[in-house]
Amino acid sequence: MEPAWLLHDLLFDYTLRTVALGSATLGIVSGALGVYAVLRRQSLLGDAISHAALPGIAIAFLLTGSKAPLVLILGAAAAGWIGTLLVMSIVNTTRITGDTALGLILSVFFGFGLMLLTFIQQRPDSRQAGLDSFLFGQAATLIERDVITMASLGAVALLAMATFWKEFKLLSFDPDFGASLGFPIRLIDVLLTTLIVVAIVIGLQTVGVVLMSAMIVAPAAAARQWTDRLGMMVAISAFFGALAGVTGALISSTTARLPTGPTIVLCISAIALFSLLLAPNRGLLWSRIRGNRTRSRLRVESVLDDLYQLAAQHGDPDHAHPTAVLQTMHADRGSVTGTLTELETRGWARRVGDDRWALTTGGRQEAERRLDEEGGER
Amino acid sequence: MTTSQIEIQLIAAIVAAACALPGVFLVLRRMALMSDAISHSILLGIVVAFFLVENLQSPLLILGAAITGVLTVALVEMLNRTGLVKSDAAIGLVFPVLFSLGVILISRYAGDVHLDVDAVLLGELAFAPFDRFILFGFDFGPQALVVMSIILLINALLIGVFYKELKLATFDAGLAAALGFSPGLIHYALMTSVSVTAVGAFDAVGSILVVALMIAPAATAFLLTDRLSLMIILSAGIGVSAAIGGYWLAYWLDASIAGSMATMTGVLFGLAFLLAPERGLLAVARRRARQRWEFAETMLAIHLFNHEGLPNSVEESQVEHLDAHLRWEPDFATRVVRGAERRGLIQSQAGRLSLTDDGRRLAQEAIVS
Repeated sequence: MEPAWLLHDLLFDYTLRTVALGSATLGIVSGALGVYAVLRRQSLLGDAISHAALPGIAIAFLLTGSKAPLVLILGAAAAGWIGTLLVMSIVNTTRITGDTALGLILSVFFGFGLMLLTFIQQRPDSRQAGLDSFLFGQAATLIERDVITMASLGAVALLAMATFWKEFKLLSFDPDFGASLGFPIRLIDVLLTTLIVVAIVIGLQTVGVVLMSAMIVAPAAAARQWTDRLGMMVAISAFFGALAGVTGALISSTTARLPTGPTIVLCISAIALFSLLLAPNRGLLWSRIRGNRTRSRLRVESVLDDLYQLAAQHGDPDHAHPTAVLQTMHADRGSVTGTLTELETRGWARRVGDDRWALTTGGRQEAERRLDEEGGER
Repeated sequence: MTTSQIEIQLIAAIVAAACALPGVFLVLRRMALMSDAISHSILLGIVVAFFLVENLQSPLLILGAAITGVLTVALVEMLNRTGLVKSDAAIGLVFPVLFSLGVILISRYAGDVHLDVDAVLLGELAFAPFDRFILFGFDFGPQALVVMSIILLINALLIGVFYKELKLATFDAGLAAALGFSPGLIHYALMTSVSVTAVGAFDAVGSILVVALMIAPAATAFLLTDRLSLMIILSAGIGVSAAIGGYWLAYWLDASIAGSMATMTGVLFGLAFLLAPERGLLAVARRRARQRWEFAETMLAIHLFNHEGLPNSVEESQVEHLDAHLRWEPDFATRVVRGAERRGLIQSQAGRLSLTDDGRRLAQEAIVS
């Protein structure tokens, strides 16, 4: 598809527009709020909340007979919230650790939800078709009203995040300090968890229960690689979330038999991988390059020093030494020849005869300059 | 009960027992969420293996799953080591990718085969009796039964043979390493066991419910005992109970067997959470309440002891005075007094309280310590 046509369709094709807006919304909200979950090491809480939401959806349908997004969202949120409370209660009352509690609530609630779903499917009720699209998401089923619901809830959540910016910052980085300043840290914790629950449930219809947690973790983890500041991290994370959401949802709704959730997850994971490898300071590629450069510099300095010391021992700055001697002075014998070539290129060493090396004047000056800098002996 | 029903329950019970065994060590080693990650990502291994051999019953699937399981663990640790993401985020980044790839491969290329998305999550235990394991013309029973029995046996054998090493590595990894064992090897062996068990149970109960069967019974047993051997046996027993109970729940509701089994594990955990002898919620609440009264009674004894023999002891030892000196509400004070009397710490005569010998001793010990 040519870009021009794509843009045209994006604006004027109802389905594409709805899908794009819906997934952008979910990407922004989950990206922004996911930052706090990741910073507080609660990444997998998002997984638990989203799995726990499934029975809430089923029960909401059973009680009201309605599949209206708002109803299902409320059910999902209530179940997610109850799940979180149970996790905290288990951890606080027993010796069961956090990971076990999370895994327990996650799998039991989800199993319960699946049981209810299959129970619902047995009923002679044609309206229940489509509830299982909540498992992996189906962006193509979004209608404008759904998007409006998502956007409204999302806007409220983001507004709350902006209003309590200071409080959430304190909670994430130094809750004890915050408590000592008089902030009601418990309440703020509850509020933040609620916002995260909201972020998760508005994305369930698009990404599904099983993979929604990735939309909480991956954008934030990716954003972390590009900045050290909270504000920037939230902004970048929201952007990445939206980007992945829109891309994934568009690909999924225009390709046959491609569920939305997994597609979006692949997009955001690609972004995360890209960030991990190539982000300016922390990126692994740059670290590797920096590491190589440092190693190479150290080797050059070390061999230069060796040549200088050897020459000093003979009292003759032009005395040449065979490569083998230099190699024995080095732990990394194999690299010596390469380093000597490098020194030659820089004009600090010269080859004498077949296999012997000596300092040049420039090399001697460089060695002495470094020794002066580091306060060593000449 | 028909033969099929019996066979299904048998399979369910064996699956539960087979999952409970590695589950105990996952819970104790705080690796519960790794099991969640592995059970999601082995889907990719199964799908790839399936595309290679085009046969759902092939043992290559188990190999593919085991490899993917180890791959997951390796990737998570690799990600951890870069230091760029925290450990929980590392898990949350790795398994969704692998799982998504698996789901997409299934949806796109295996849509008309038994390997569909619902089966992935739920398994289909109800169909298990139809795939039979026939060797030399002899019907050994359902395929799933044979496979899971073998896995159960392997798990039980591994735990039995390496019991001491597992125990040591789990509770004191440093000592294990110092003694020459390899905690890392045990770690990977455990993860491989989890992967193999998960893929074996895949057909029966699907991916996510394997997690329930691994974690919930073990967590329940953890609330009921302090001894490792007992914890293992209890986990298996609880798992089996949940399996049978879950089957009948599904029968009654006409719902997914696997989902009902997971729900039952939750119910059993809930019961233990509330009612476990020392660690259950009720027991803890009762203990805390009792300790409050004991503390108050000790305070009373100390109060009387402090004023014994002093000129104002008469006034200080009157019941009505307690609320002024100790700031107790009258009702509370009365109950404390009664409790202290019952414990033989004090005696009451005409509204005045006096310490017994026991009470005096208690007060002295409390002050000294």
